[in-house]
Amino acid sequence: MKRQLIAIAAGSAVAFAAAFPASAADKLKIGFISTLSTPAGALGVDIRDAFTMAIKHNGGKLGGLPVELTVGDDQFKPEVAKQLAEKYIRLDKVDILTGIVFSNIMLAAVPEAFNAKIPYVSPNAAPSPLAGKQCNPWFFVTSWPNDAYHEAAGKHATDKGYKSTYLIAPNYQAGKDSLAGFKRYYKGKIADEVYTKLGQLDYAAELAQVRAAKPDALYIFLPGGMGINFIKQFVAAGLSKDIQLITPGFGSDQDVIRPVGDSMLGLIDTAHWALDLDNAVNKKFVAEFEKEYKRLPSVFAAQGYDTALMIDAAVKSLKGKVEDKEALRKALKGAKFESTHGPFKLNTNQYPIQNYYLRVVGRDTQGRLVNKTLGTVFKDHGDAYVQDCPMK
Amino acid sequence: MSLILILEQSLNGLQFGLMLFLLAAGLTLVFGIMDMINLAHGSLYMVGAFLAATLVQATGSFALGVLLAIPAAAAVGMLLEVSVLRTLYARDHLSQVLATFALILIINELVRMVWGTDMPLSAPEALAGPVQLLPGMPYPAYRLLIIGVGLAVALLLYFVVAKTRIGMLVRAGASNREMAMAMGVDIRKLFTLVFGFGAALCAIAGAMLGPILAVQVGMGENILILAFVVIVIGGIGSIRGALVGSVLVGMVDTVGRAFIPHLLREFISPAFAGAIGPALASILIYVVMAGVLFWRPQGLFPARG
Amino acid sequence: MRRALTVGVLLLAIAFPLAMQAIDQTYYVTMASRILVYALAATSLNLILGYGGMISFGHAAFVGAGAYTASIMIAEGMPSAWIGWPLAMAVPALLALAIGAISLRTRGVYFIMITLAFAQMIYYLTVSMKAYGGDEGLTLTQRATLGFGLDLKDDATFYYVVLAILVAALFLVSRLVNARFGRVVQAIRENESRMEAIGYPTLRYKLIAFVLAGALGGLAGALLANQNSYVNPGILHWTESGKLMIMVILGGVGHLYGGVFGAIGLLGLEEVLANHKFAWLAALYPDYQQHSLLGVGVAMLAVVLYAPQGIAGLFRRGKDG
Repeated sequence: MKRQLIAIAAGSAVAFAAAFPASAADKLKIGFISTLSTPAGALGVDIRDAFTMAIKHNGGKLGGLPVELTVGDDQFKPEVAKQLAEKYIRLDKVDILTGIVFSNIMLAAVPEAFNAKIPYVSPNAAPSPLAGKQCNPWFFVTSWPNDAYHEAAGKHATDKGYKSTYLIAPNYQAGKDSLAGFKRYYKGKIADEVYTKLGQLDYAAELAQVRAAKPDALYIFLPGGMGINFIKQFVAAGLSKDIQLITPGFGSDQDVIRPVGDSMLGLIDTAHWALDLDNAVNKKFVAEFEKEYKRLPSVFAAQGYDTALMIDAAVKSLKGKVEDKEALRKALKGAKFESTHGPFKLNTNQYPIQNYYLRVVGRDTQGRLVNKTLGTVFKDHGDAYVQDCPMK
Repeated sequence: MSLILILEQSLNGLQFGLMLFLLAAGLTLVFGIMDMINLAHGSLYMVGAFLAATLVQATGSFALGVLLAIPAAAAVGMLLEVSVLRTLYARDHLSQVLATFALILIINELVRMVWGTDMPLSAPEALAGPVQLLPGMPYPAYRLLIIGVGLAVALLLYFVVAKTRIGMLVRAGASNREMAMAMGVDIRKLFTLVFGFGAALCAIAGAMLGPILAVQVGMGENILILAFVVIVIGGIGSIRGALVGSVLVGMVDTVGRAFIPHLLREFISPAFAGAIGPALASILIYVVMAGVLFWRPQGLFPARG
Repeated sequence: MRRALTVGVLLLAIAFPLAMQAIDQTYYVTMASRILVYALAATSLNLILGYGGMISFGHAAFVGAGAYTASIMIAEGMPSAWIGWPLAMAVPALLALAIGAISLRTRGVYFIMITLAFAQMIYYLTVSMKAYGGDEGLTLTQRATLGFGLDLKDDATFYYVVLAILVAALFLVSRLVNARFGRVVQAIRENESRMEAIGYPTLRYKLIAFVLAGALGGLAGALLANQNSYVNPGILHWTESGKLMIMVILGGVGHLYGGVFGAIGLLGLEEVLANHKFAWLAALYPDYQQHSLLGVGVAMLAVVLYAPQGIAGLFRRGKDG
């Protein structure tokens, strides 16, 4: 009985759908979930602002289609992101999902997209499991593999000859990925490796341990508000005189420089992008972003902008026919465009292959604190997991 | 594990404990005198921090901003008492828990509407660096200031509660409310006053911790639970209990976080120690609390005879 | 009359997924499933809070323990619901036995705080379970398997399973509270010393109720984990315990359907405030949807202050008058 009822219901739904064929792609629906509130929110706000700016400056369109953008705040909670993904996919029926900052939150939400066969374009989180064995045809990364900045930092620490390094990261997947990445390219001694609670704000106890351990360098992976607090407290504890602080690029970018201020001078970091990268797309992006929002963009903003560029390129190549999800997926895989850091290239696991640069916090010609490029650490660098990915 | 490290961690524990005390003192008075569970106490801490951040920005002086924030927060607290909380005194604990839980949501959203999700608040420039306490032991100047303020407020509180007429009324109210009322104490006014006082203490804690932690929506929620743990350990209604409980919890939390993983490493594999160490340190506080309640169901210093 | 109403509501609940499938709005089916799961969790809390008068501020620990047990079974390659779900009731039941044996000796505020303390301990334990995700939580590769050709991955099937479990649980609770056991527990709520004086082992009665509530809460947790295909320590956070208490109050303390009404009321309110744009509110404050929790808070406060009997109380009043 129940089965029959379902059959009837399904039948009528099919008839309904047939009577009103989805009006062939008159718009592109994008669901954007990100962490917009809480102290971790500055990152998501930068991604969102750059993403919406790219659409706005493109006449409200991507790839020639008017964009219908739905933005949701996950409040730094995985279950909220998961419910938003559910809603955007089933209720709003979006064509593409994007936006999430943190790996743990994304890992909770993204199966929803995989099951529904909706492409997820990640403007930031790129955890190692999804690069290797669990790689997925519906998952695209426009940022950088979670390990990459840390691998570059580890390489730099080795090149510089630091004998012992102390490592701190939050206790979650990206945190573990980060320290694994650092260690993969660091040949010196690890003074200690500490995992703190995600979202911890007072690091007095950890800093006292660091002082006692007397390392040459301290490498921290503490995104958002955690890093802001840590760097302030690190300087307040007087540790900056004896210990070189190294962070991944996002750990000392504009969103951290703004609240921390001059204490940041001389801090070393590694990233795939910098304000002063010399290419036309980047120059345009930096100028427009500053004009639009009266602040300098961070690496997160660059990633948000690149995400919009990638979707634009893919939809353009489809001539706007986005209703065929398989074709949309292939178009994203083959998307050719100039990003904020030069020609964009995807690996077989759909994670990018790109250069990584060494940067230092200094003053620009106007006296503002910015990251300046010192040199290239890696050229055309991929990730360590791609051989485990069965995708070709 | 050097002596200096132990000393430094103990100072950290003391600093955290004293700030907890500022929260717990107000909470325990409200709890003890009015028999009222106020979950929104953490919201007053948040409001105090936001007020301080705003006033520091407006006046350009950290000290002046914080000093102005204290009466402002007290006013907010008294307003809250007169408008909503007063009607809850006669209700059961369940209603109080829920109504004040609702207040957390409401105040969070109101703060977000007025101020946004967070506000910048930095330690004064002069205190941004370290102070050499002992040879080889620099300590952040600002954290020393927090310890100083915490001790000063604790002393002041002791003086007010033990030596003044208001303090006498408060003690009378905490140990036997009906009797105090029968003796002609204007309970309504006293309640409002105590509530405002608690809010002022919250504001001090929020303003002092703001530069170290972050002035943000929701900052009061986790620390509130710790403050409850403190007053349950110390004995509800007892200021002395709140002080002992706060320092105990602050020490156990900090020292546990710093040393337990290292201690464990002596006995079990580092990977496993790294995994359970932090958890054990976080649980320790609650183990202490459950232990205290098991053996002394009224806490360490019961206020009621 | 009452029975006819119950049957009618049940029929509506059964027809709901079909209607949603017909208009291609399956999102509402998953939302309804979530509401039913929370209804079960709130009903289990209502058993001790409403009938037993035990204000437990740590119920999320049992829900969470059930969710983790069910998830770990799936992660370890034993997806059968027939093993996983009973275990997801047994583990919280044992926890409730241990916690209850200690906590139920305390009274009033101290009981509230000690249950909270134990819940916090379990919360931090799950945070430390690195093998099962730690802080980050555990993503399930599949939902539990049930056999009989029932595929829980199918949202409508999942909905029906949850509905069946909820109906069975409500039946059980209604039988229980009207049986001698339930009468004794309610009498203890009214006057514990008298019951003790009469010779009832009050602690044992309260403990049994506490353990039963833990087991039912654990089952709700198992369903929640399957629904989300994901579990993280956030499910055990103290604010989740608070949320369950709100549902009970909102729905009606000590009323059979209190938990159900409360879950529908609270989650429905959240959903409507977050997703439905009210023109008059938008005119007042354009960004009001970003602050939907304000509405939830005001509604809760209003219920506590002006309708302490909850939604069920409204019905009751209607019947009396």
